Amino acid sequence: MDRNFEYMFYGFTAAWLIVIIYVIWIALRERRLRDELDRVKRMLEDQEREAKK
Amino acid sequence: MRTKLIILLSVLAGGLLAWNLHTIFLKVPDEASQGAVFRVFYFHFPAAVTSFSCFFVAMFSGLVYLRTRNLRYDAAAAAINEVAFTFALITLITGMIWGRIIWGIWWAWDPRITSYFICLLMYFGYFMMRRAIDEPHRRARLSAVLSVLASVDIVIVWKSIEWFRTQHPGPVLEIRGGGGMAPGMEAPLFWNVLAFLMLETALILVRMRQQSIQSEIESLRRYAHAF
Repeated sequence: MDRNFEYMFYGFTAAWLIVIIYVIWIALRERRLRDELDRVKRMLEDQEREAKK
Repeated sequence: MRTKLIILLSVLAGGLLAWNLHTIFLKVPDEASQGAVFRVFYFHFPAAVTSFSCFFVAMFSGLVYLRTRNLRYDAAAAAINEVAFTFALITLITGMIWGRIIWGIWWAWDPRITSYFICLLMYFGYFMMRRAIDEPHRRARLSAVLSVLASVDIVIVWKSIEWFRTQHPGPVLEIRGGGGMAPGMEAPLFWNVLAFLMLETALILVRMRQQSIQSEIESLRRYAHAF
């Protein structure tokens, strides 16, 4: 297991890093989209309330 | 329903990957000439196979858009291509790391690696183009065409080790006419293909859900502006 172990470690680290970075990026985008959806819904509710007045 | 499926696929993929890593590191012996670094192949090959499969599915989704003009197919194609691109990047990076120790160089301009690099550049262009075009149907039409062109390059990448003499190793697995792997070394490879497929499907479903949220935001905005 010792021969060329270092580069095997680099290979697996690189693969997992790419997956983890992508998953974090997706999660951050999900949160941003949900925040934006809430904001737009609130804005729409405010507009509807204003229109009823 | 979609959330439950995402969770189920993620858990199954995670469990299978953990079990595979246990097998790869503790059960599979070192390869005689390469030593421990050959284990990179257990990520390199599944990432390549699954990303290429996804690129093809995305191409068909694009073709269905061209026939139906339904933007849902274009959104699905974009989501699939994005996830496939991430895994194609894993293939390239793990291949470079393996090449550094086995060939003594990070990169070789041989037909397999060069055509693969061109493939990644085409999909990078695909995402840049999508960002640059605002009109949804024009964006979808051009994306579908680019997806078809990139798929031609995928076939070249796939067959390049048979058509040309390459620095990249020729077919290894028996199913492609290679010499095969020692007993017990091949099975974890196919289990990893399955694990990667499940992981990619889960990620694609998440991206498609995000696109639904994005569409909802846009339609609510249009409604708000109508006031």
